[in-house]
Amino acid sequence: MINTKQELLQKIEVCSEQINDKFSGKGGKRSIVICGGTGCLSSDAQAILEKFQELIPAKGIDAKVSVNQVGCFGFCSQGPFVKIFPEDTLYRGVQVSDVEEIVEKDLLNGEIVERLLYVDPVTKEKIQKQDEITFYKKQVRVALHGCGVINPENIEEALGYGAYKGLLRALSMTQQEVIDEVLAAGLRGRGGGGFPTGRKWQFALNQNSAEKYVVCNGDEGDPGAFMDRSILEGNPLAVIEGMAIAGYAIGAQNGYFYVRAEYPTAVARLRKAIEEAKKIGLLGENILGTDFSFDVHIRLGAGAFVCGEETALLNSIEGKRGMPRPRPPFPAVKGLWQKPSIINNVETLACVPYILREGAEKFASMGTERSKGTKVFALGGKVNNVGLVEIPMGTTVRDLIYEIGGGIPNGKEFKAIQTGGPSGGCLTAKDLDTPIDFDNLVALGSMMGSGGAIVMDEDNCMVDVAKFYMEFICDESCGKCSPCRIGTKRILEILEKITKGQGTLQDLADLEDLSEAVKSNSLCGLGQTAANPVLSTMRQFKDEYIAHVVDKQCPAHICKDLMQYYIVPEQCKGCSKCSRVCPVGAISGVIKQPFVIDQDKCIKCGMCISSCPFHAIIKK
Amino acid sequence: MAHLQAHAEKQIIEIISRYKDEKTPLMMILSDIQKEFGYIPLEVQELVSEQIGVPVAEIYGVVTFYSFFSLNPKGKYVIGVCLGTACYVKGAQQVIDKFSEILNIKPGETTEDGLFTLEALRCIGACGIAPALSINGKVYPKVAVSQVPAIIEEYRKMGGAN
Repeated sequence: MINTKQELLQKIEVCSEQINDKFSGKGGKRSIVICGGTGCLSSDAQAILEKFQELIPAKGIDAKVSVNQVGCFGFCSQGPFVKIFPEDTLYRGVQVSDVEEIVEKDLLNGEIVERLLYVDPVTKEKIQKQDEITFYKKQVRVALHGCGVINPENIEEALGYGAYKGLLRALSMTQQEVIDEVLAAGLRGRGGGGFPTGRKWQFALNQNSAEKYVVCNGDEGDPGAFMDRSILEGNPLAVIEGMAIAGYAIGAQNGYFYVRAEYPTAVARLRKAIEEAKKIGLLGENILGTDFSFDVHIRLGAGAFVCGEETALLNSIEGKRGMPRPRPPFPAVKGLWQKPSIINNVETLACVPYILREGAEKFASMGTERSKGTKVFALGGKVNNVGLVEIPMGTTVRDLIYEIGGGIPNGKEFKAIQTGGPSGGCLTAKDLDTPIDFDNLVALGSMMGSGGAIVMDEDNCMVDVAKFYMEFICDESCGKCSPCRIGTKRILEILEKITKGQGTLQDLADLEDLSEAVKSNSLCGLGQTAANPVLSTMRQFKDEYIAHVVDKQCPAHICKDLMQYYIVPEQCKGCSKCSRVCPVGAISGVIKQPFVIDQDKCIKCGMCISSCPFHAIIKK
Repeated sequence: MAHLQAHAEKQIIEIISRYKDEKTPLMMILSDIQKEFGYIPLEVQELVSEQIGVPVAEIYGVVTFYSFFSLNPKGKYVIGVCLGTACYVKGAQQVIDKFSEILNIKPGETTEDGLFTLEALRCIGACGIAPALSINGKVYPKVAVSQVPAIIEEYRKMGGAN
């Protein structure tokens, strides 16, 4: 039990020493960490961990080597990762069958297992250390602090790695001083809108109420974004600390985490961290002997995207259908159970301890004039380096895609990057040199959103992408207000018509009108931004829409009704492989002579194209 | 309540008692019931209503609002194909179509033998390994259409519905 600030300082000192010894290998001790993020866990990271735990004692080196699971390394496409301290050696793409070699060569004989090192795709050089990999070079870890470094289930490692220093400082300040610090840092909400966090807190502080709440929005619904999950999995105590600082600042006694039920690992680690924090007195009554008492609770979502909208989220915690409430009154005035509440997203709260620990000035030294600090992006889609990327605001789109992301795979051409998920829009080649920040993205017709960044190449059809998002919104619209409930359905119908080759130019005009109507008349953020993917793709890729409507063609050959599979006779060797895999018997021919596809029978499943060894089948 | 077997009733009352100190615990209770029983039929909703004093109409409203709650039993194996953006642009639609074709059910439906339920998931946050799918919580990375028959076969072999 830690009863005073002094005791916490002493504890932190002991823990820091321990973790520094671990990194520096004091006393000849080495330490292995294995990624335990969801991506790596599904690629056998747990079995790899267990194999190390089995082999190390078997080889009699358990006194010299410790094994730990840590949070997400972020470079998901290269996982699972195994890192060895103090040498800082990073092994990538590790399989269970590689563990024995790592133990034999590296742990017993001090030799590096070269074949498991990362190979730079440009220089072809093998790179031993994490920080020297281009993917990590431009990154700065503020919100992802500790992820991939500390064991998220060991509170002492978190304390040794900076945790609770922020709250310690906050407790020596007045509530107003804490809010002023957050305002000075220029922190804006990382969940979508980018509202200044300090101002939200100020509204709540100004409310005169004995009962107030801090709510952490962990309902990360944007398809393609997973930074909140990784933060909760990698360093849950940082978010708890952020919540406690917010609680102190506004005068709340209770905090609620609302986390997606789809994230079982994150929930389990968060639960463990809360238990541990309660056990040693970092949560509960009179924290560190001060007058400040704060307790936190977890509530799970149940698969409704709209619950990421803050007032719908409050209704869900209250055991109701997750439908938004009209505003005003704003949650800062009447929120959870009608009491003043603030709702901050996971990444936002994870930035708060950094601001208090390192000072507002340091946070504000990163970023652009109106967007300070860093932002985590979930880089995915058609890009070489898929994963979580934390970059200072103001980094250009080009750096994100080509430097950190390593460019587009298979020599394809970059077409667009979609940011902001179902609420956002596309940036294209002409926007590559734009510095990424809240306002620049909005000016380009997109938005930051929660930080999903999906790269598309020449093979993606933008009408199909717009249709994809609209299907999503139609599914997830809660149905409370008619512009969103009916409008999005009508938009989807038009998009379906266009992708089937039945669209007209009038449809395009209707699409624009409808989109504007849904945007300006919907009740909550979901509906107000629902048409953005349509408006943005129509603006940036008008010619593609025209091709679908006028020429009845899908330039990317994605829309099934507008494309055909075709065997190029000159390239076909007549091997019959395609006709054997065709599920509907649409391909016929004579061996050693060109085969032919019967277009009336073809269901366009694409099995033939992947079976052809001569690349003789094309889409047109 | 006549329909409910005594042990099921006992278990549900135990679930409700877990959350007696929480404010507005309905969602937590329903989540646990869904997890333990696989569905939340009307008889169960009536029992919950009686125990916590929330009208059945309201509970029914909540059960039908959230996609995790279901009124009907699900299959023994729930195949969730992620249709998040990252998975979608890497061909997840073709993967789910293949499952639909082989199992002869649409997303949201359960096979007649009660073995499989097919679901379209909205991003499971495994974008680094897209396209991904999850079967009863086990995540399959980078799934190709050609792997689908083998995956189904694996579960068919593992066991009939019971």
